[in-house]
Amino acid sequence: MEKIAGILVALGLAACSGIAFAEVEGDAESGAVTAGVCSACHQADGSGKNVPGGESWPRLAGLGAAYIAKQLHDYQSGARSNASMMPFANMLNDQQIADVAAYYASLPATQGDGGEDSDEAVLKRGQQLAERGDWSEYIVSCKSCHGPGNRGAGDVFPGIAGQHAGYIEAQLQAWKAGIRKNDTQDLMGSIARRISDDDIQAVAAWLAGQSPEAN
Amino acid sequence: MIRTLTCAALSGTLLFSADAKTDEKTTQQYINTLTELGFPAPEENELVHIPPTMEDLEGSELHPELKRVIRRGHDLFTNTQQLRGEYVFNNMNCSSCHLGEGRMPFSAPIWAAAVTLPDFRGKNAHVNSLEERIAGCFTYSMNGVPPEYGGDHMVALSAYHQWLAKDAPVYPQQPIYGRGFPAPERPEELSYTRGEAAFQEKCSVCHGDDGGGLSVGGQTVFPAIWGDMSNNWGAGIVRVVTAAGFIKNNMPLGQPNSLDDQEAWDIAYYVSSQERPQDPRYTGDVKETLEQTREAFHKHSMYGRIRESDGQMLGDHSNLGEKPILKPDTVRPRTFK
Repeated sequence: MEKIAGILVALGLAACSGIAFAEVEGDAESGAVTAGVCSACHQADGSGKNVPGGESWPRLAGLGAAYIAKQLHDYQSGARSNASMMPFANMLNDQQIADVAAYYASLPATQGDGGEDSDEAVLKRGQQLAERGDWSEYIVSCKSCHGPGNRGAGDVFPGIAGQHAGYIEAQLQAWKAGIRKNDTQDLMGSIARRISDDDIQAVAAWLAGQSPEAN
Repeated sequence: MIRTLTCAALSGTLLFSADAKTDEKTTQQYINTLTELGFPAPEENELVHIPPTMEDLEGSELHPELKRVIRRGHDLFTNTQQLRGEYVFNNMNCSSCHLGEGRMPFSAPIWAAAVTLPDFRGKNAHVNSLEERIAGCFTYSMNGVPPEYGGDHMVALSAYHQWLAKDAPVYPQQPIYGRGFPAPERPEELSYTRGEAAFQEKCSVCHGDDGGGLSVGGQTVFPAIWGDMSNNWGAGIVRVVTAAGFIKNNMPLGQPNSLDDQEAWDIAYYVSSQERPQDPRYTGDVKETLEQTREAFHKHSMYGRIRESDGQMLGDHSNLGEKPILKPDTVRPRTFK
């Protein structure tokens, strides 16, 4: 705890850059050092942790650098809010954000947890929603934006296959409740608001069990 | 004996009315979902058909071999890119335009083709079968070459169309609810500049600043809206009215009817004013081609017209994108003898 507090101060002093983040190129090696502060929750290998009944910490390993950087900037600006993340995000300057994002993007993706105990019917429903959606309810499939295998598409749509079920569920619930809204044009929000709680659980459980890496 | 019959008759009636009630409730829920999303409720005389799903197919009593063929059709329909380089030469899937696996009303639901064809089509001035209609999509929308009539791909795609039409009346007299891409009324003025700004603001996150869409690992995530990877100048959606209807009813994905009518039309006008591969009916001269195809088809497109932003004549080129030939031999006049 003392160690984390020390790093907090050091990083806070360094946070004075005014360069627009889009122009900052990240350096994974520097990011590895900065990421020391993240590892208490996101783990040294970036695998995060599924915490049943608590706040799950997302896997960052293998996520796109642009996506990670945007989230950190959004925490700073308040566009995305989370009590646990805010103080850490606020310690980073633009260069450190770029570096840390490049670092986690460079790590091999790890497998998600949290879907193991779901029964077959739930997983089947989750798979349907992830791969084909349920158009009778006007629920678009996850894959239509998150890409082949739900492993992410471009800079905007993150990989969600192999993400922890607890995290996916919490985020969809946050979008549904209007707490999270830092997506482009409400693309996620408008779909999340149409999904039932059972379906959120199902799709989170199924996605957690999928491979985050292309075959 | 008499008692048994009575019981059977009674339970039969009960079963029947329970089914009818369930059907009515299901239909009402289906319509409610659509009206909540801003779509109009059906008019009293309109035919409402709820196409069955792939889950329904598994539970049905169709022959296992037929199920296999329908499944293949569904697979081809939603991942048409598996035919890339052979029959498809852009980055689109059938389901890029026919959303919800071809089932959605107001997104040109494909079951309608299965119950209204064969029929006369002005576009090619003869009676078209379902297979020829599908061939048209390959020729124009997929900038491709149609699979052979009667071949496995055609049989599978036709079977999938027909499966979605299950229990719908053939050659219905009633107008079909949600058929095609019904467009809102055309506003008095369309603006290229406004359309461009709206496209960049609301569409480019998925379709790219250059309209090229997005592919990941060789698979299409977001289809190209113009350019070499998009539909060619002969596709139905190059008509501004059709594009406006598609956009209003379906875009952005998951947010139907969220754009106002002016925005939908302006975006349609802007994207319809961008280049794409040549119309397969091209004669070597855009003006001549336009003369020959205007009445039947290009009345509502920007083909052969001058783009106001830079004075460029649209379609004045012989670029075919990746397609190796201009005109598949299925594009020909047909006279019924």
